[in-house]
Amino acid sequence: MRLMTYAKAINEAYIEAMRRDKNVIAYGLGIDDPKGVFGTTLGLKDKFGKDRVFDTPTSENAMTGVGIGASLNGIRPVMCHQRVDFFLLAMDQLVNNAAKWHYMFGGGLSVPITIRLIIGRGWGQGPTHSQSLQAWFAHIPGLKVVMPATAADAKGLLLSAIFDENPVIYLEHRWLHNLEGDVPAGDYRVPIGKAKCLKKGGDISIVSFSYMTIEALRAVELLEKAGISCELIDLRTIKPIDWKTIFCSVRKTGRLLVLDTGVMTCGIAGEIIASVCTECFGSLKHSPVRIASPDIPTPTSYAMTRNFYSGAGDIARKILEIFGKNTETEVCGIKRPPHHDVPGEWFKGPF
Amino acid sequence: MDTETNFIKKNPKTALELLRRMKKIRFTEEQIAEKYPEGRMRCPTHLCIGQEAVSAAVGLLLRRNDFALGTHRSHGAYLSKGGDLKKMLAEIYGKAAGCSKGRGGSMHLTDRSVSFMGSTSLVGGTIPVAVGLALSIKLRKTRQVSCVFFGDAAVEEGVFYESVNFAVLKKLPVLFICENNFYSVYSPLAVRQPKGREIYKMVRGFGCPSVRGDGNNAIEAYQKAGSAIERVRKGKGPVFFEFKTYRWREHCGPYYDNDIGYRAEEEFISWKKRDPVLLLQQKLLKESALTDSGVESMDKNILKEIKEAFEFAENSPFPSENEIGKNIYCGG
Ligand SMILES: Cc1ncc(C[n+]2csc(CCOP(=O)(O)OP(=O)(O)O)c2C)c(N)n1
Ligand SMILES: [Mg+2]
Repeated sequence: MRLMTYAKAINEAYIEAMRRDKNVIAYGLGIDDPKGVFGTTLGLKDKFGKDRVFDTPTSENAMTGVGIGASLNGIRPVMCHQRVDFFLLAMDQLVNNAAKWHYMFGGGLSVPITIRLIIGRGWGQGPTHSQSLQAWFAHIPGLKVVMPATAADAKGLLLSAIFDENPVIYLEHRWLHNLEGDVPAGDYRVPIGKAKCLKKGGDISIVSFSYMTIEALRAVELLEKAGISCELIDLRTIKPIDWKTIFCSVRKTGRLLVLDTGVMTCGIAGEIIASVCTECFGSLKHSPVRIASPDIPTPTSYAMTRNFYSGAGDIARKILEIFGKNTETEVCGIKRPPHHDVPGEWFKGPF
Repeated sequence: MDTETNFIKKNPKTALELLRRMKKIRFTEEQIAEKYPEGRMRCPTHLCIGQEAVSAAVGLLLRRNDFALGTHRSHGAYLSKGGDLKKMLAEIYGKAAGCSKGRGGSMHLTDRSVSFMGSTSLVGGTIPVAVGLALSIKLRKTRQVSCVFFGDAAVEEGVFYESVNFAVLKKLPVLFICENNFYSVYSPLAVRQPKGREIYKMVRGFGCPSVRGDGNNAIEAYQKAGSAIERVRKGKGPVFFEFKTYRWREHCGPYYDNDIGYRAEEEFISWKKRDPVLLLQQKLLKESALTDSGVESMDKNILKEIKEAFEFAENSPFPSENEIGKNIYCGG
């Protein structure tokens, strides 16, 4: 076992990639500061030097364009932003240039850049530090979008993203950074576009990604005790989506619950349900159901966020409902953490 | 800097080549304008007639492996950098043989064989890309230059400031070429930038050497840009240029539009009197670097090339509709 945190796994992926290929460079605001982007970039500058690892001006749009330009001449830039929200200033370069370059110039050059974006949650991150905008990116032809949930996938997908010939948006949830998992050594790659079945089951398919997969794992365990066998599919890649795995599972179970870290309207969960309805209509025994954030900007107050996010309890309750079971007694086994706004007691803010 | 007379005396071949490049742009675009109403070039097309001097000069100065990028109005930059004329016209006609295989049209030109890396249609959009190419040059320690052409409106975009700042910070080998033609579509500078603003002076404030030049004088542009390019190539950091010039025709499309009310006919006439192509031609004739028959044969050769290129573009096949889903991703 090589137990390490999700953050450390990201760090390992950088080191592996930068060792393998001198054209890999890493930059972003605060990349070499004492905190090293939640520990993910610690030590890189010492190892690879200031030409390949550098802090940047607070210029998200231009720095994205700079990455695009560099990548047109063989460089593989890995950018990172401490929050997805900050990256909104770069949508022009991302959408109009990075996503289009290969196609609109007739398939010549491509833009092999990787953009790490962190989704905030809890501790009053509020309206502009906690948006989960995977649907925005997935909506753009030409982009790939990955959202690893485990430490191993964090490493494997980052390595695949860096060596992919296309722009890849790599979304990591702040509540995952401290979670530990077994991480393979060396040049470990997880293919982009392949979901992973984390648990086989026959009664209902749960399709999930990123932090919601962690909540789903808890719910699945609990439901097992209630006699419901869940199949848990961790999507890992949001675009291109692994439809085959989803359809196969739903055709087997006949039921579907999709979990999304983003808001409900026009989200990934809605997209998955739409396609399942089109492709697997005859197999469905129950209407597909989704859990996503409400269509409300995230408030900051501790009091107002108490029920803003859904967790294992909500997932279990939803599934019990689908099976017409009593939701009050069965889910009482789920322990709520003392504070709803932190992933664990280790999290003391500030962001 | 030499006077034009001295320049022509010392560099007659270069001066002739400048004229030839300007004419190639001019005649090509005049032909586009003439044929555009036929309805076969079915994409937004921005002509640079009247503005040929700067792209001709800079295009001639850049080496084949120096990078160049442009804007929505890039026929001039593309051709001057050595971009293939047939492929450009085929692109405007939406043909498979187009430089972007019919996916880009007039606003998205590329010719990698001469390092014309791309022109795009979002104002300011290629500026950071040029800076990124310059970063790659620095990382790879090749002695190239990365050059980006843009208009006066691009300096109103945030990305311009971000890009210049980064280029100065990292001393990157970039040449910023701003062709100030006083308009962004129909909006004059007066409604967009404060009175008295000199773009090149503003850029000096960022710590970027910045020069202005007469954008209708090819020899001046050539000499000024030439010394800047050498500086940039030596790794001394970016240089910015502002060249004032004037677009003769409508912002987008083949016609003249001085009658619709956003600018005065007199303004246009005063610029037309300073036609960059004619100015250089007259100068060359006066200095006996060119004869009347020389002009005639130059024109004839250029027109022949253009005629052939149009024939090629018009007669070459459209891309197959089946190709529509190809190249969304590289390698799959
Ligand atoms: C970001 C963006 N905003 C608006 C437009 C619409 N637009 C197309 S060309 C143009 C004028 C740009 O003026 P300038 O940069 O001076 O170039 P010129 O057309 O004069 O050559 C505008 C505003 C655009 N293409 N991109
Ligand atoms: Mg203009």
